[in-house]
Amino acid sequence: MRQLLDSLLVVVALVAVWQGLHWFAGDIAIASPGATAERAATLLGSASFWGHFAETFAALGYALVIAVLGGMTIGMLLGLHRLSGEVAEPILVSLYSLPKITLYPLILLIFGLGMSAKVAFGAIHGIIPVAIFTLGAVRTIAPVYFKTARVLQLSRRQLVASVIIPAAVPELVSGLRVGFSLTLLGVLIGEMFASQRGLGFLVMNAIGTLDVPTMMAVVLLLAVVAILISAGLLYLDRRLHHRVA
Amino acid sequence: MKRATWVRGLVVIGFILLLEALCRWGVIGRMTMIPPSEMAVQLWKLLQSGRYNADILQTLGNVLAAFVAAVVGGFLIGSILHALPRVRRAIDPFLATYYAIPFFAFYPLMVVIFGLNAAPIILIGFLFGVVAMIINTMNGLDRIPRVLVKTARVNGLGPLRTAWLIKLPSAAPQLFTGVKLAIAYCFIGVIAAEFIMSTSGLGYSIAYAFNNFDNRSMYALMLFIITLVTIINAFFHVWERRIMARRGM
Repeated sequence: MRQLLDSLLVVVALVAVWQGLHWFAGDIAIASPGATAERAATLLGSASFWGHFAETFAALGYALVIAVLGGMTIGMLLGLHRLSGEVAEPILVSLYSLPKITLYPLILLIFGLGMSAKVAFGAIHGIIPVAIFTLGAVRTIAPVYFKTARVLQLSRRQLVASVIIPAAVPELVSGLRVGFSLTLLGVLIGEMFASQRGLGFLVMNAIGTLDVPTMMAVVLLLAVVAILISAGLLYLDRRLHHRVA
Repeated sequence: MKRATWVRGLVVIGFILLLEALCRWGVIGRMTMIPPSEMAVQLWKLLQSGRYNADILQTLGNVLAAFVAAVVGGFLIGSILHALPRVRRAIDPFLATYYAIPFFAFYPLMVVIFGLNAAPIILIGFLFGVVAMIINTMNGLDRIPRVLVKTARVNGLGPLRTAWLIKLPSAAPQLFTGVKLAIAYCFIGVIAAEFIMSTSGLGYSIAYAFNNFDNRSMYALMLFIITLVTIINAFFHVWERRIMARRGM
């Protein structure tokens, strides 16, 4: 309870800093928290905003499905075969730290403008962290589980379904959390450059027309949604880790 | 270990050869991608002509500034938060969800505040890198064995010497992870910021080449960034291995 109160105090402090910046920089640069909230309320009441919102989150959904399924498959295959894992891990880690935005032109040349480019861009951001986490999770499964599985003569499919996935779930949720953040980032960056729809486009458009309150309202709403989803995953993550420990 | 290194080299070379072959046979069209060998030749020409030297130096300077600020700032903030458990518990949920905030969306805002110069670019790089450093600093300080701190007290070490001789070495592996993440994130932040809105730098040059259908320069510069980041990563990877090996881990 006290911790919740403290966290609320942090939020209050953040809003105070925001208001201070507003007084310091003026209306042209930063809209006040009040004005932003007002604009956010207006946006939430308008139909066109929900169109952009749906577009962004549809792209995010597709990209996440690709990233999670692809990443888990890659991580699992590599985790089960020792040499492949050793070979691939440094490659994955260095791919992870590449500024993937440099690949954006390539994605556009392959997929063209629109939904598929956004999804692809989101997916390449998310797939690698999910793969790395899965690889780590599979590799740290206690060997006794594998021995038991062998004694029970489980088939490959049974092994994956009833031993590996349950044992790796906590780490998978951690991977999903990181993957979610990066996939959202990828989708938004995609929308900022080359799209006529979606929240990223809305932000860029508001900047183009110097509509500071709208820009900040969209960013605020995005941040709130992202934090809520991420906090949900974090809660799940902690509970799962707790249960195992 | 040795064998894995060999196989890894072969896999990478095989992949590059495959790309080369696909481009040469026309499976991947020239409008989409030029063969890797041409990228390398083009990059060599560009580096010799010096056309992009200023942009390269500027981007590297921005990354370096953001990186130093993120590591120093992250270490200080992390240490302070570690010493104040109540504040830390209050801030923890925000740190954990920090990377979910799409703060590239803030970048244009910063351009409005600071103007179209290096400051907002460095700031984005810093914001990207600093939280990874904060989190890892706190994790590192959490893992200092209590017995070592007690030993220091028994031996009458002052706070500064305790920090230098006991706390820093014990937290080193985590700090190292933080530094590695910070440099990767600073690169991502700086180049993406230049890509979105800027008048110079590598990110800008790639976006400019792309908008002008100058595929050759674009791919040469992409190759440059990828090679550079890979080399830096490999360097840190080897260094970390050395440190771990010395500690028998």
